Amino acid sequence: MSKDNQLLEELTSREYEHGWNVALETDSAPKGLNEDIVRFISERKNEPEWMLEWRLKAFRLWSKMTEPKWPNVTYPAINYQDIIYYSAPKQSAKPKNLEDVDPELIKTFEKLGISLTEQKRLTGVAVDAVIDSVSVATTFKEKLGELGIIFCSFSEAVREHPELIKKYLGSVVPMSDNYFAALNSAVFSDGSFCYIPKGVRCPMELSTYFRINAANTGQFERTLIVAEEGSYVSYLEGCTAPMRDENQLHAAVVEIYAMKDAHVKYSTVQNWYPGDKEGKGGIYNFVTKRALCAGDNSKVSWTQVETGSAITWKYPSCVLKGDNSSGEFYSVAVTNNMQQADTGTKMIHIGKNTKSRIVSKGISAGKSQNSYRGQVHIMKRAEGSRNFSQCDSLLMGDQCGAHTFPYIDVENSTSKVEHEATTSKIGEDQIFYCQQRGIDEESAVALIVNGYAKEVLNQLPMEFAVEAQKLLALTLEGSVG
Amino acid sequence: MLSIKNLQARIGDKQILNGINLDVKPGEVHAIMGPNGSGKSTLASVLAGREEFEVTGGEVVYNGKDLLEFSPEDRAREGVFLAFQYPVEIPGVSTINFMKTAVNQIRKYRGQETLDAVSFLGLMKEKMKLVEIDQSLLNRSLNEGFSGGEKKRNEIFQMAMLEPKLSILDETDSGLDIDALKIVASGVNKLRNSNNATIVVTHYQRLLEYIVPDFVHVLYKGKIVKSGGKELALELEAKGYDWIKDEVAVA
Repeated sequence: MSKDNQLLEELTSREYEHGWNVALETDSAPKGLNEDIVRFISERKNEPEWMLEWRLKAFRLWSKMTEPKWPNVTYPAINYQDIIYYSAPKQSAKPKNLEDVDPELIKTFEKLGISLTEQKRLTGVAVDAVIDSVSVATTFKEKLGELGIIFCSFSEAVREHPELIKKYLGSVVPMSDNYFAALNSAVFSDGSFCYIPKGVRCPMELSTYFRINAANTGQFERTLIVAEEGSYVSYLEGCTAPMRDENQLHAAVVEIYAMKDAHVKYSTVQNWYPGDKEGKGGIYNFVTKRALCAGDNSKVSWTQVETGSAITWKYPSCVLKGDNSSGEFYSVAVTNNMQQADTGTKMIHIGKNTKSRIVSKGISAGKSQNSYRGQVHIMKRAEGSRNFSQCDSLLMGDQCGAHTFPYIDVENSTSKVEHEATTSKIGEDQIFYCQQRGIDEESAVALIVNGYAKEVLNQLPMEFAVEAQKLLALTLEGSVG
Repeated sequence: MLSIKNLQARIGDKQILNGINLDVKPGEVHAIMGPNGSGKSTLASVLAGREEFEVTGGEVVYNGKDLLEFSPEDRAREGVFLAFQYPVEIPGVSTINFMKTAVNQIRKYRGQETLDAVSFLGLMKEKMKLVEIDQSLLNRSLNEGFSGGEKKRNEIFQMAMLEPKLSILDETDSGLDIDALKIVASGVNKLRNSNNATIVVTHYQRLLEYIVPDFVHVLYKGKIVKSGGKELALELEAKGYDWIKDEVAVA
């Protein structure tokens, strides 16, 4: 027991790797939220009138809503008037190309391992980098443009492709959907927009990297992906933030719209600052992610590796409207120290013969709480539909918690729903077995955890999978019990 | 190679080993026999460094070093191998991946270069042949869904891969039918040479027909109460353990 405690104490010996911040000059809004702030944001972004109206409508809705209390997480009340809703690295003018971008900014991203200088184009990943509230650079734009693919910052899309934004913004996650979606709709700062034309298979991974840098700042990005008939895209999202004592709010919205025969793969490696071992600081991560499989035979896969944030509240979902459409959710959620995660998915079966698959792997260590919350709803019309869910929890030590909240509604008799759940503990036996073969304890934990999460990690694109494996090992370093 | 002097150990409040003395030289095979609960598996665990057992006295010198000072992984890296009575399952980790990690950590400890995928595969193929194990088994999650025989064969494969100096086989015969027993024993015999030593912990004489020991020791109530040659095993098989218990009682 004393050894367990000692080992658990060692958990914190590793510092959060991305805990630095860069002294960037910023242009920020004053603290607080009201209609003027919404106007301020819209004005800073040179938005057209319709966009401002949309934001204001969302703000008015939000003002009448109350924060949800049902997630299995606890945190002190958030003072929404104490947050800065807009912060942008100062630049004299909007950069035309990469040479015009502030070198400090480029350095920031290089520290993160993201090369914006297209030197390293061999990596074959197109990146849109968002720092605090604005998108600073998008790579490979021209090459993608030749195929008719649009991949740009959200602000640019509002200006350059208003017809697409008007048509799809809020079409999957309406502004009234929930408290945080409404907040995001009012104050969203930037994010990425991606449009894949009919029949086009996007030849490279598209990637957005989000970084919160400024203090007291919330980040509210918005991602919209539209996949036309028969198209395919694989999209990656990564996140980091500096270490700060105060909690920072992150409320993002991701919408995916998939037409007939389209296939979208969305992968996330979330590594926001989790706070220190006493639970001080860290990101509050309240995210709404949803895909609409609008067309027949369309398919959307969500894969997430969640290791960061003090609090995670997120349920990437699929609305399976088209007949034969399918949705997948693969998740590894790791919580350590005082972290809390309430995450899972919703699979709403509307079309006939729709399929969904849920594989959720929770890993809890330290004094953390890790909940899976998932809904499978098969509507009356969704005849012949199928769902398979597997929810596994792995516990490390004896002070953490794992919880599972499955909700299953089936309204017809021709559908089939399967749910499997397991809870296990990394055993002393497993560790000792590894040690007896010459493998040290830390490597043993990494080996066991990666084995446990393998089914999900296998879904990630190669380079992300390697990063995710390392991240899992780092997050859990020393947490054997 | 191994010199155990007056070794005592307990788990919780329960004293299990009450002064074990044993000397093992390179090239030798020692069998440790004894009735259930006599401390055979405990001895194996203590030598391997299992932490739930507390050593309360005595010493273990291994190749001139104090074995008890080493962590479990360093004992393995120094060449001590334990074939488990109940090999542990590790879902999602193939034997290949597991062995690659183990082999390279051991090599690093010994100041050798780590093996790349190609050399590792070469080594693996060679050892697979030696212990007659199929690659499909090695691609599967470690011990998950393995039959008793497959698990034990996998242990011997790992032993072949790690080329230990001192191998401790803990009840390797338990749960094996006669064919599996022969294959496992033949693997062990092929790995024997004049530089390594083997300690076979077993309840039955059966395994010793195939792995012929140079010495047989009878463990009872945490002490070695009788030692002899391989014929002692046959005597035990014929007469059971009761006469040993009586002898101890008289003494």
